[in-house]
Amino acid sequence: MNSIGAIWVYLAASPLLWLSLTLVVYLIGRWLFQHSGGRALFNPVALAMTLLVALLLLTGTPYATYFNGAQFIHFLLGPATVALAIPLYLHWERVRRLFLPILAGLLTGSLTAMLSAMGIAGWLGGSPQTLLSLAPKSVTTPVAMGIAEKVGGLPSLTAVLVILTGVVGAVAAPALLEKLRIRDDAVKGFAIGVAAHGIGTARALQISSLAGAFAGLAIGLNALLTAVLAPVIVRWLHLGP
Amino acid sequence: MIGALAVLLLFQLVGEIVVRWSGAPVPGPVVGMVLLFLALRWRGSLPDALRATAETLLSHLSLLFIPAGVGVIQYGALLAEEWLALVVSLVLSTLITVAVTALVMKALIGHGPGAHRDE
Repeated sequence: MNSIGAIWVYLAASPLLWLSLTLVVYLIGRWLFQHSGGRALFNPVALAMTLLVALLLLTGTPYATYFNGAQFIHFLLGPATVALAIPLYLHWERVRRLFLPILAGLLTGSLTAMLSAMGIAGWLGGSPQTLLSLAPKSVTTPVAMGIAEKVGGLPSLTAVLVILTGVVGAVAAPALLEKLRIRDDAVKGFAIGVAAHGIGTARALQISSLAGAFAGLAIGLNALLTAVLAPVIVRWLHLGP
Repeated sequence: MIGALAVLLLFQLVGEIVVRWSGAPVPGPVVGMVLLFLALRWRGSLPDALRATAETLLSHLSLLFIPAGVGVIQYGALLAEEWLALVVSLVLSTLITVAVTALVMKALIGHGPGAHRDE
C-alpha cells in the first residue's frame, strides 16, 4: 500500500540515489552547456548546484545524507589535482619561458584578490569577521580554510565563499578575457586559476589543455603566496584579532 | 587505467605525508602534483595510460566540485545576513582579479623575451 513510501525510505538513506543524481544532473548541465554553444549561464557546476540544492530542500534531505552518497565523487578531487601534473608536464617549455610574467601576474593577482574583496565588502558595511573570511576566497578550499582560521575569519564561511568565487570566475571570466582581447591561452588560464582556483581550472581546461596547465599551476602558486601574504596584510589593515 | 589511477593516488598519498610531516601551508594533492611533475621530468616521458586517465579525469573536473558546492545549503542563514556585501564583493573582486592578472601578464609578455607568440 505505501510501497512508494517504502521505496523512498530505502532510496533516501542509500548512497546510490544521491550519487546517481549528482552524475545525472552534471550530465544534464554538460549537455545544456554544449548545446547552448558554451553559454556561460549554463555552467555545469552552477546549474548542478542549483538543481541539487532545490532537490534537497524539496525533499527535506539533510546535506550529510546527500554527501554520504556524493563523497565518492568528492574523493576524486585529490587524484584529479595530482593529474594536473600532466598538462603542466606537456606545456613545461612555455611555463619556463613565461617565468617573469607568471611571477608578476601571480603577485599582482594575489594582492588584488585579497584587497579588492576586503575593500568592497568593507565599503558595503561587511563586519570585520566577514572581511577576514573573504581574504583567502581565491585560494583552493583546504588552504583557504586554514588561512581564514589563522587570520581570525570563519573557516566554514570561507569554504562557501571559495566555492561561490569559483563559480563566478568560471561563469564570467572567459567573456571578460574576450572583452580585454586576451588571446593567449596561457594568460587566460593563469588569470582564471589565480582568481578562481579549481572550479576556474575546470573551465580553463574546456578552453584548452594549455589554459588548463597554467590554471593548475596558478592554484598551487596562489595557495602558497596567499598563505604567506594574508596574515601580513591583515595586520597591516589592523583587522586581525 | 587502474595502474594510472594507482600512480595518481600514490602521489597524493606521498603528498599528504609530506604536508603533515613538514607543516607546509599547501594541500597534499598540490604537493602530489609537484612530485608527479618532477617524476615525469626525471623520467623524460609520459606513459600513454597515465596521460589517458589524467585527461579523462580532468575533462570532468567540474563534476568533482559539485558535492562540495552543494554544501552552500548549510550556510543559507550565514549568507543571508550580509548577502549584499558578500555578493557584490565576490563578483567584482573575482572579475577585477582576472583582469589585473591577465593584463599584467600580457603587458610583460608583450615586452619580454617570450614575446614571439603573443596573440
